[in-house]
Amino acid sequence: MTIKRQSAEELLGLNKFTVDEGHPHIVLDKSICARCDEKPCLVVCPAVLYTLKGGEINFDYAGCLECGTCRVMCKDKGITGWNYPRGTFGVSFRYG
Amino acid sequence: MSADEKFDAIIIGAGPAGSACAYVLAREGKSVLLVERGVTAGSKNVTGGRLYTYALEMVEPGLYKRAPLQRKVVREQIMMLGAKSAVTVDYADFEFGEEVPQSYTVLRAPFDEWFAAEAEAKGAMVATGILVDELLEENGKIVGIRAGEDEMYADVVIAADGVNSLIGQKAGLRDDITPHLVGVGVKEIIELPDDVIAARFNLSGDEGAARLALGCTEGTSGGMFLYTNKGSVSLGIVFNPEQAAKRGKKIQEILQDLKMHPAIAPLIEGGTTAEYGAHLVPEVGLSGMPKKLYCDGLVMVGDAAGFGINTGMIIRGIDLAIVSGLAAANAVIEAADAAAVGPLYEKQLEKLSLMPSMRLFAGWHKILEMPRMFSEYPALANDAMKFMFTVDGKVPARMDKAMLQIVGRHVTFGQLLADGWRGYRAL
Repeated sequence: MTIKRQSAEELLGLNKFTVDEGHPHIVLDKSICARCDEKPCLVVCPAVLYTLKGGEINFDYAGCLECGTCRVMCKDKGITGWNYPRGTFGVSFRYG
Repeated sequence: MSADEKFDAIIIGAGPAGSACAYVLAREGKSVLLVERGVTAGSKNVTGGRLYTYALEMVEPGLYKRAPLQRKVVREQIMMLGAKSAVTVDYADFEFGEEVPQSYTVLRAPFDEWFAAEAEAKGAMVATGILVDELLEENGKIVGIRAGEDEMYADVVIAADGVNSLIGQKAGLRDDITPHLVGVGVKEIIELPDDVIAARFNLSGDEGAARLALGCTEGTSGGMFLYTNKGSVSLGIVFNPEQAAKRGKKIQEILQDLKMHPAIAPLIEGGTTAEYGAHLVPEVGLSGMPKKLYCDGLVMVGDAAGFGINTGMIIRGIDLAIVSGLAAANAVIEAADAAAVGPLYEKQLEKLSLMPSMRLFAGWHKILEMPRMFSEYPALANDAMKFMFTVDGKVPARMDKAMLQIVGRHVTFGQLLADGWRGYRAL
């Protein structure tokens, strides 16, 4: 059988991204995240870009699918800035 | 920019709503600027997905023949998944494929790029790779947009910027989106040869299948979709992010489990995943729409306005987006002055049957929100089938007693009655 589970990293590797180096379109205040008990971002981000490192929320904007799920689910507003990437940057779907 | 260089309309977002609007306005001689943040129109968009053709026919008869559509849907399939079983209903209706086929499967990157180019050919100015930062306001009226250093002016701005409408929020028409209003869709495009797709889904030529399933989301509100394209299938799940968060299992992993399900894996066997996408979906229909779809100088169309219908059997969004774009274009064409556009837009939404359809299906999301729809009932259907088809040499239980037992294993009669009543009320 060739069908297999694929990790988020493998799947994101198939997509085309143009990363806007040094210009994250989603900005966190990690001190607010530290006080958030639920941390839904760890579960709901389809790209699994929110991770815990040494107890601290870590976020990598490079593989963002720009769906907005984290924006909707972030209850304690640790996401202090959520925008779309600047024009031409970010993900480019070839199928969509 | 001086007043005489002002556009009749600026449209933010070159999805189906924006491009339909630009196409009609340009065709009727209006000056239109269609602004899109992606490198190309469609490069930021994801659909399940399928398109009901009537909407393109409303924009212009025969337009669909030029569109890069995938397969015409003649098979409507519903699945109830058990852990290692599935009940599948396969409704084949070849009339759906005759004359103007009722619906097509669609991929948004090629479709949106084509539609924006059609609008451009009619005379719309299409500007891609530009993110709109702000709305320009003068004396309480929206008069244009700002993108970086550039300011552009128009009589009316049309917000076609999708479900996560930052522009709608800037205009004060939308609050923050709350989790119960939206579903999260995740999707893999899995490439497969056309002859393999045809054999597995019992299709010939350019026919296609559209399949929806319940019972695959581990009890979370939501369902699977699988659409056959040319040379690929679109396999994904849409589900409620709030419930998913409470269950603690990563959304992406639930999709991976679904791929391994014994009733799904053979359909994609040998396939190669080519792309992974995610998108929010307006899920609750009428109740998720903003109270007002316009303010002075701006109207909202498509997902930004919350147009979506999900009955569990049919899912509509792209067609509604196109119709709303057409409604906005008609309103701009009819309006004697900019202030008249909003009220005329609402009239057009009635006239083109969009709002009446939204109202008719207003309660349906309540049926789909019943938690037992996603675990107990699919499991019950599978258990009932298992009983009917099991032959092991023993004397089986009487049918009536066995069925009562099976029902009782999954739900109480109180729950059945409550769900039945709730379902009836929601219709």
